[in-house]
Amino acid sequence: MQDLTRVDEIVGRYADTKTPLIYILKDVQKEYGYLSDVVLTHIAKKVDIPLSEIYGVATFYSLFTIKPKGKYVVRCCNNAPCHVKKSKEVLEAIKSYLGLEVTETTECGTFTLEFTSCLGLCAVAPVMMVNDEVYGNLTPEKAVAILKDYKMKGQSNA
Amino acid sequence: MDKVTVTIDGIQVTVPKGTTVLEAAKQVNIKIPRLCYHPDLPPVSGCRLCVVEIEGDRLLRTSCSWKCQDGMKINTKSQTVRSSRRMALELILSRHPMLCTECVRNNNCELQSIADQLGIRETRFEYSARPGGIDDSSAVLVRDPSKCILCRRCIQTCELVQSVSAIGLEGRGYNVWVDTPFGKGLDDVACVSCGQCINRCPVGALYEQDHVARVWAALDDPTKHVVVQTAPAVRASIGEAFGMSAGSLVTDKMVTGLRMLGFDKVFDTDFTADLTIVEEGTELIGRLTNGGALPMLTSCSPGWINFIEHFYPQLLPHVSSCKSPQQMFGALAKTYYAEKAGIDPKDIYSVSIMPCTAKKYECQRPEMRDSGYQDVDAVLTTRELAKMMKQVGIDLPQLEPGKYDEPLGISTGAAVIFGNTGGVMEAALRTVYELVTKSPLENVEIKQVRGMEGVREAEIDLNGTKVRAAVANGLANARQLMEKIVAGEADYHFVEIMACPGGCIGGGGQPIPTSMEIRKKRVEAIYAADRALEIRKSHENPAIKKLYAEFLGEPNSHKAHELLHTHYTRKTVYKETVA
Ligand code: SF4
Ligand code: SF4
Ligand code: SF4
Ligand code: FES
Ligand code: FES
Repeated sequence: MQDLTRVDEIVGRYADTKTPLIYILKDVQKEYGYLSDVVLTHIAKKVDIPLSEIYGVATFYSLFTIKPKGKYVVRCCNNAPCHVKKSKEVLEAIKSYLGLEVTETTECGTFTLEFTSCLGLCAVAPVMMVNDEVYGNLTPEKAVAILKDYKMKGQSNA
Repeated sequence: MDKVTVTIDGIQVTVPKGTTVLEAAKQVNIKIPRLCYHPDLPPVSGCRLCVVEIEGDRLLRTSCSWKCQDGMKINTKSQTVRSSRRMALELILSRHPMLCTECVRNNNCELQSIADQLGIRETRFEYSARPGGIDDSSAVLVRDPSKCILCRRCIQTCELVQSVSAIGLEGRGYNVWVDTPFGKGLDDVACVSCGQCINRCPVGALYEQDHVARVWAALDDPTKHVVVQTAPAVRASIGEAFGMSAGSLVTDKMVTGLRMLGFDKVFDTDFTADLTIVEEGTELIGRLTNGGALPMLTSCSPGWINFIEHFYPQLLPHVSSCKSPQQMFGALAKTYYAEKAGIDPKDIYSVSIMPCTAKKYECQRPEMRDSGYQDVDAVLTTRELAKMMKQVGIDLPQLEPGKYDEPLGISTGAAVIFGNTGGVMEAALRTVYELVTKSPLENVEIKQVRGMEGVREAEIDLNGTKVRAAVANGLANARQLMEKIVAGEADYHFVEIMACPGGCIGGGGQPIPTSMEIRKKRVEAIYAADRALEIRKSHENPAIKKLYAEFLGEPNSHKAHELLHTHYTRKTVYKETVA
């Protein structure tokens, strides 16, 4: 069971705010990393807004996530310039190496795979990010090699 | 000035201020295509099928939400309008599987008929499936998001009409769909199974769990004695499913149709509606004289029972312990009737025809087995019965009249008005009046409790004793009353609640479409049925008197309690999730 006392504290912070939901969700996500069913249900009861509505907000804004994310979030750019430079092949290689579809997380919690839109680095397309690091001029082999390093890193300091 | 005059396609029309262009067009006999608009709900203006051109306005406007202004010149059929509607529809169709032949709404689908209306013969866009899989976790409803056109009527209905908010939108943009939180399914949320969302869905994305197949199987089984009961509201609506106008009363034809389907006995839920009144009236008098939680709340609407169990469990002691007429009937069919007819109850298959989807849930409740078996085996909605008849070519409007079987088919005018809001209250008062005052009620029509307003109040004089009554229909209205009771601001003695707008005649299992106009016509049919009956007070029903004499003893007797009364379960709005 997740500890909900911090949720209570956050909800309390916005007691005087007219439309507190977005603020609450933002702070709760920061605190817990993601918005779980237990946490959102608790918020629904506290602020007396139906869960269906809160869930709608939580899935509407891309800054919120309802699933726990892996230690390393791999974001592959899928906009046109990267696409022209065969980002799709890179993505396929990553998918098969990690055994994931886009938006999924590995069972061990090491990797999450996501799309991102243009990162403004089209000059070195195709591009991916792993957490805050950017990698350009990718080939399928290069991408997999990079992820291998992360995997080792993940295991060594697990 | 509270009237405005506009010109629609060259025709002048004067309408009250605030009228939308779509409503005004209806008055000059132009039916503007629409997919998201529903007369019961505020417009969301999402589908853009209803667009029109307004002179001097650069943009096309959605007529479902655009208000008429004096002097406005509206064109509902220009080339721009037509091509824009066509584009909107083609985009919707590009995300629709078009599986009409295997769809529950085949032949009664708004998307289908609009595609026909606009003359769509081919589309320009490739099909791309919507996200979200089938949710059949509920015992009552099935949701198929692949067919959803995102009109949001279900979400609005659940939130605004029923104040339940079980479903909402998930995601955004292209990948948005209707879902329950975390995709856990309707069974996981406090959906009360009212089916009001089904009734407003324009397409086959929402429908009831099918009981037709199991009823056919029972009818085909020679070892089964299959009995059927028909709820009051069905007789006032099933004609619509056969193209008859709203308000057609087809009781006798329906009885014939049921016999043709092969039911061994055709009985009437009205019989146990009368019984409910005697039991519930006696219970009310008991509470008024000996104490007990007041106001007493009615218990015949299973969607309402689900609602109060989830949302106001603290008020459950107020709810009458009487089972609904459907379940009283079920318990008696496999005891009293079985005994009388000399049939082993295990061989009886008990079917009910209901305007209601929540009855499918009710019959499966573990408490509803007082005969030693599941008291009611299957529940068909009005729509499902119409389908069964159509499957074998029974043409209801043409049938000769038939009569209900005895004794469980004998009923009074007080029973038939159970079918609409205010009816249970009126029926109960007719009986309570005579039981308390021991003098005959002169005028049985208690008009103070009639009407279609969401909440109504009345005070009835029982020879000096005043009974304060309230009636609510639709759960958002019921919630208002419950809040008053919780706050200690209500001094009623007796409160009638029906989960559906207009009562059972507006039930979630009734023919589609529904609207206030249609519901009012069904109500008229119900009151006409009451007027046509010789006996109009439940306690005067000779079959009920006989039932007490032969079997139950007296109202609220031990045996009556065993078979006809029940208890309720405290529930929560959200399941306590264990992480
Ligand atoms: S919802 Fe309507 S258009 Fe879609 S498959 Fe069913 S009948 Fe056909
Ligand atoms: S059946 Fe009633 S409560 Fe359940 S989702 Fe539909 S409208 Fe809401
Ligand atoms: S399920 Fe039906 S009512 Fe609900 S949004 Fe989809 S099409 Fe509309
Ligand atoms: S398109 Fe990929 S970085 Fe710009
Ligand atoms: S009916 Fe007006 S926008 Fe859908």
